[in-house]
Amino acid sequence: MPRRDDIKKILLIGSGPIVIGQAAEFDYSGTQACRVLMQEGYEVVLVNSNPATIMTDPEVATATYIEPLLPGPVAQVIERERPDALLPTLGGQTALNIAKALHEEGTLSRFGVELIGANYEAIDRAENRERFRETMNEAGLRVPRSAIAHSIEDARDAVAEIGLPFIVRPAFTLGGKGGGVVRTEAELERVVGRGLAASPISQVLIEESVLGWGEFELEVMRDRSDNVVIVCSIENLDPMGVHTGDSVCVAPQQTLTDKQYQALRDQAITVIRAVGVETGGSNVQFAVNPRTDEIVVIEMNPRVSRSSALASKATGFPIAKIAARLAVGYTLQEIPNDITRATPASFEPAIDYCVVKWPRFAFEKFPGAEAGLTTHMKSVGEVMAIGRTFRQAFAKALRSRELDLTPRPPADDGELLAALGKPGPERFDHLLEALRRGHPIDELHRRTDIDRWFLRELAEVAETTSAASSPDGEHRGERGKVRTFKAVDTCAAEFAAETPYFYSGWERPGPNGPSHEVTLTERRSVVILGSGPNRIGQGIEFDYCCVHAAETVREQRRDAVMINCNPETVSTDYDTSTRLYFEPLTLEDVLGVCELEKPEGAIVQFGGQTPLKLAEGLHRAGVPILGTSIEAIDLAEDRSRFGPLLDRLGYKAPAYATATSPAEAIERAPQVGFPLLVRPSYVLGGRAMEIVYSVDGLKEYLERVGSAPGRTIYLDRFLEDSIEVDVDALADGEEVWVAGIMQHVEEAGIHSGDSACVLPPHTLGEEMLEQIREHTIGIARALGVVGLLNVQYAIKEEELYVIEANPRASRTVPFVSKAIGLPLAKLATRVLLGERLADLALPSDTTNGHVCVKEAVLPFDRFAGADAMLGPEMRSTGEVMGIAPDFPTAFAKAQAAAGSRLPDSGTAFLTVADGDKPAAIGVATLLDNLGFRIVATRGTAAAIRKMGIPAAAINKIGEGSPHVVDWIERGEVDLVVNTPVGTGARTDGYEIRTAAIARGIPCITTMAGAIAAARAISAARRGAPEVRSLQEIHS
Amino acid sequence: MSDATAYVLLEDGARFDGIACGADTPAVGEIVFTTAMAGYQEAMSDPSYAGQLITFTYPQIGNYGVSAEAMESDRIHARAAIMRAAVNYEDAPGAERGWLDWLRDCGIPAITDLDTRALVRHIRDAGAMRGGVFPARISDREARERIAAEPAMTGRDLAREVTPAEKVVLRGDADGTRIAMIDTGVKLSIVRNLRARGATVELHPCTVTARELLAGEPDAIFLANGPGDPAALEYVVRTVRELVGRLPVYGICLGHQLLCRAVGLETYKLPFGHHGANHPVKDLTTGRTEITSQNHGFAVLGPDGSPTIERDEPVRWETDFGLAELTHINLYDRTVEGLQLLDVPGATVQYHPEAGPGPNDALYLFDRFVEEIGRSADAARLGESPSGRFAGGPARA
Repeated sequence: MPRRDDIKKILLIGSGPIVIGQAAEFDYSGTQACRVLMQEGYEVVLVNSNPATIMTDPEVATATYIEPLLPGPVAQVIERERPDALLPTLGGQTALNIAKALHEEGTLSRFGVELIGANYEAIDRAENRERFRETMNEAGLRVPRSAIAHSIEDARDAVAEIGLPFIVRPAFTLGGKGGGVVRTEAELERVVGRGLAASPISQVLIEESVLGWGEFELEVMRDRSDNVVIVCSIENLDPMGVHTGDSVCVAPQQTLTDKQYQALRDQAITVIRAVGVETGGSNVQFAVNPRTDEIVVIEMNPRVSRSSALASKATGFPIAKIAARLAVGYTLQEIPNDITRATPASFEPAIDYCVVKWPRFAFEKFPGAEAGLTTHMKSVGEVMAIGRTFRQAFAKALRSRELDLTPRPPADDGELLAALGKPGPERFDHLLEALRRGHPIDELHRRTDIDRWFLRELAEVAETTSAASSPDGEHRGERGKVRTFKAVDTCAAEFAAETPYFYSGWERPGPNGPSHEVTLTERRSVVILGSGPNRIGQGIEFDYCCVHAAETVREQRRDAVMINCNPETVSTDYDTSTRLYFEPLTLEDVLGVCELEKPEGAIVQFGGQTPLKLAEGLHRAGVPILGTSIEAIDLAEDRSRFGPLLDRLGYKAPAYATATSPAEAIERAPQVGFPLLVRPSYVLGGRAMEIVYSVDGLKEYLERVGSAPGRTIYLDRFLEDSIEVDVDALADGEEVWVAGIMQHVEEAGIHSGDSACVLPPHTLGEEMLEQIREHTIGIARALGVVGLLNVQYAIKEEELYVIEANPRASRTVPFVSKAIGLPLAKLATRVLLGERLADLALPSDTTNGHVCVKEAVLPFDRFAGADAMLGPEMRSTGEVMGIAPDFPTAFAKAQAAAGSRLPDSGTAFLTVADGDKPAAIGVATLLDNLGFRIVATRGTAAAIRKMGIPAAAINKIGEGSPHVVDWIERGEVDLVVNTPVGTGARTDGYEIRTAAIARGIPCITTMAGAIAAARAISAARRGAPEVRSLQEIHS
Repeated sequence: MSDATAYVLLEDGARFDGIACGADTPAVGEIVFTTAMAGYQEAMSDPSYAGQLITFTYPQIGNYGVSAEAMESDRIHARAAIMRAAVNYEDAPGAERGWLDWLRDCGIPAITDLDTRALVRHIRDAGAMRGGVFPARISDREARERIAAEPAMTGRDLAREVTPAEKVVLRGDADGTRIAMIDTGVKLSIVRNLRARGATVELHPCTVTARELLAGEPDAIFLANGPGDPAALEYVVRTVRELVGRLPVYGICLGHQLLCRAVGLETYKLPFGHHGANHPVKDLTTGRTEITSQNHGFAVLGPDGSPTIERDEPVRWETDFGLAELTHINLYDRTVEGLQLLDVPGATVQYHPEAGPGPNDALYLFDRFVEEIGRSADAARLGESPSGRFAGGPARA
């Protein structure tokens, strides 16, 4: 069937900020979809609140709206753009939920918008647990015994029939949010209660436990003519009980016989037909009892998913791209396979390698949080490795993780074995250690339920690798073999592949050497190092820059060679670069590629800290580093060199000292002065960074964090109550262009990645801005920056202090690019390849009459037990952007997009530290004027009442019930303003913030944030803010 | 430096080293590759692989051991297994024996730790050819001599090596039709699928005559899959020629090629054959694409003598028995995958609807076969002549 021409304009909804359970994979899928639909000649309207996405680049869609992903703003876009169709299956759960809401409220029918890909009925059949169960039963498939509960009582009744343990799955949540396992009656109330609270419709599924069964996923595609193919099978090494996003997985499945696998395949096909997904990709999860061959269907996602991104990268079959074509009417047979070009997409990829996916965790960022793995996803990123064998792939995945902390398995065997029974982030590190220590396979199988095949293979891996492994150890296990680059071709070499997508494996060389499959062209090549797994502090923003680098390198008539190991990203789409190497970002692996490619140079300034760590090794091995030199990078990073440089320039900086041991740090601290900011060297995202107020505080910190011998400890004087400013600039070694100046909303002390920021600055005068520009230009010249530079400043009492300078792409590059309408990373790449700033025709003034606010999105709701407080250590996973003609409106949009939608009326609760009381009075005045009822703890209330504003006093927790947490839990508070007093201890503040997060009540922890919120509420009173596309804003 | 203990040598001199892991003996024959990712035991015991050494493109082989239920015949027919990473784990949940132990017990050599992808790319570019697996102690020269002594696949009658010595009768699960099969090396999955639909299946040696078959008064003739070159089985083709038009005739794989030759169509050798579980085949009668199990080295030429058919249309052949119409086409390389005789009862497919290993998408064909046979048998009892409308195909225009 040909493409539909009864539709002209298609609306796509992105997935919004990166959160746990919904990450960069939806930028990958959404970008593919937009591009394909544009190529097909459709007009594409895109709504996404996340500026750090390739899909929101203005050339990817016809009209791009950076607006909150809520039914209201999306309905405004529909009203304005009048699309013919909405494709809801490529923006994760967020897009699906919005599409459902727009259907239910009648917006879609009112404006005549057709849902394509999956209709409302199919979405509902897949997502509504009850209907899904009925649908499966009607199709003759088994699902776990289950019951729907709307209350704790319902759950109690269900236990009689279902038995313990059982699993709790909230309806309509992302990544299993709010789910859990109930093993005892005692756990029932807590776990079910949490699930009910997490579900937008207060509904949970209580389900027979299949803990310990094998977990399998199949990626299915269907077209309008009812042709169905299975793209890939995925087997979880972790048996049922650990969320698939937190499981180590392998593709294709390894342990099932052909008959067992075909039974799964038949069932997956039955599922997609029964649910009625008309076209596109779906993911079906199964539990298989390996002893009895029993199969139960666990769930199906009627949309592309994290697993479909993994399956696409694992096979070379671009699920999202094909799903988009299917949605507009093509059949699988009509779509060519991009990789072979000669064969159609109506086939099932044959794989002749193994793919292993590892989740990347960040528990170290959330002290106090339960570190166990459950059905509630907690990982923040993932790596994928391709090897010719499972062992090779597993070893590559191990070293792709780039762990900050080396796992330390318990020395005691008893403890080690006990730890294996409880799945945690280091489970496989522990398992490898147990194998090294010679514990028998049967014992480990009994404790973990992990299939013996995996345990045997891991025993071989354990012999040749350590946790901090390099390819050398692995190579020892592969005698007689050499690194050989093979292609991912979808067909196990049955046909010649056109698309160059490579991985390395160890192979015996033939008489003519290794059988490499890479064909180099006559053009020069440039290697771009990616940023590895997404983690807190190094996320999609860096991948965004790498993708822009690749595009620019190709535009400059060179071959762009991408090296990365993150399957969620656009950079690892085989379309992005001229040649893609799916490899770990270790020096050995990268040099392996360089040896073959002999590139003109390597770009290390776009992938965050990951490539920077490799820069010196590459340079020593003779690989030219493009742009800012190694010497300049070191000059900026080494405080003992950077400090004198600032002195020479006559720029102020906070007092600082460096120490190489805890004793030295304690000795030097008084010279710097308290409070001080302390952190270990070379970290990203402020890992382990804290503010300490006394020598005792410093001692406590040093004991807790520990310090590696020879690793520097930085001590910086912390400028309290200062304003922080971030600057992104571009330099060519001589000329410098300041692209954007951002003012943080929160005061200094909050990590820049977690702080909301405004472009252009909302309270700085032109004189200060000029001084900031001058300083930035001075630093760029003094360092000799070629490419991007980010400088952080603090302004205290009208004095400008330089906090740090990073001669590389910063986290804010995509935000600035979207705000000013110029692609910073692309411009920087042209400079790296030899152009001068003068060649780039840059405007001197980048303001455009709009105010842009970036807001961070925090994952506290995922980490029960951790304190939901901002500080110098970064904890956010993603960001959103609000654009409006004025600051309060932009701020309100950003808040709404970040998921903490500000109330328009109701009760505001304030409790603040003494130092914040004057500011709190200002906030209370604003809120009172807006008609809010003010309640506060006794001290804060007294201060507010003094100014003549009515404020009711309520009890602190220690003052007895009903206290503040009771109020929050009863839903009587709509806005919380709570600035912290002290850290670490389980203070009132901690309890208040936790209760607010659990009920989804906006909780503001800084006074500046509170003032901005009050202004934003006021702005919102004037009605729904206008929506405008990026293309219009920058036209 | 090299720890290689065995090697693969091809007749064009290409050599690939690896580690010996099966029986300690050389094997020569035609080297082919299969892209199926599971079902190694089914492949090794499939009689169609007689005379061939199988290269598994999927690297991890042996993962779930071997078991009686996965057998496609009573023994291993392939001459050797060539693998990237073989294991012998015997305690997988359903395993009755370890994979490598089984190969050794059966006297089948195997080689692992070999760059199978390099070997496959060589075969893809140069075509399937003779070659062998040799223990390292056998010299290159001796290996070359052994390969040279092996007859080429073209013109090779391997059916005689795999056919039963005498007739075997296997009753159906119900009181159904009776099918006489010329057993050129049938897979048990085909027999299982027919019996599961109530048919009683009689397996005849491939040298059976038409008179002998007709004497048994079966409801239909089934031509099995099997190894080797259909052109070398002229005696079977002659037998089939005598049967066409007198009884409904069905064929799978080699059986498809034999029926085609019997009605006067031509077969040819594919460069490296189809062996795998992922080829898309379009059923032109329904327009649906099915993912198929494939295992053949020869194919049937199109109506104009061309090896491929450009459009998805039910093109027709003039045969010695009237018209034949294309019913199935391979979307990978556009070769003939199935046809239907329009003037006499008969239909065939080139691929393996019985799966084992591979997808079950085409199991419906067995329903069609058995239903049509039943209808035709009823018609025969009522004294009507067999019509040309079979296997769900279109009526003659």
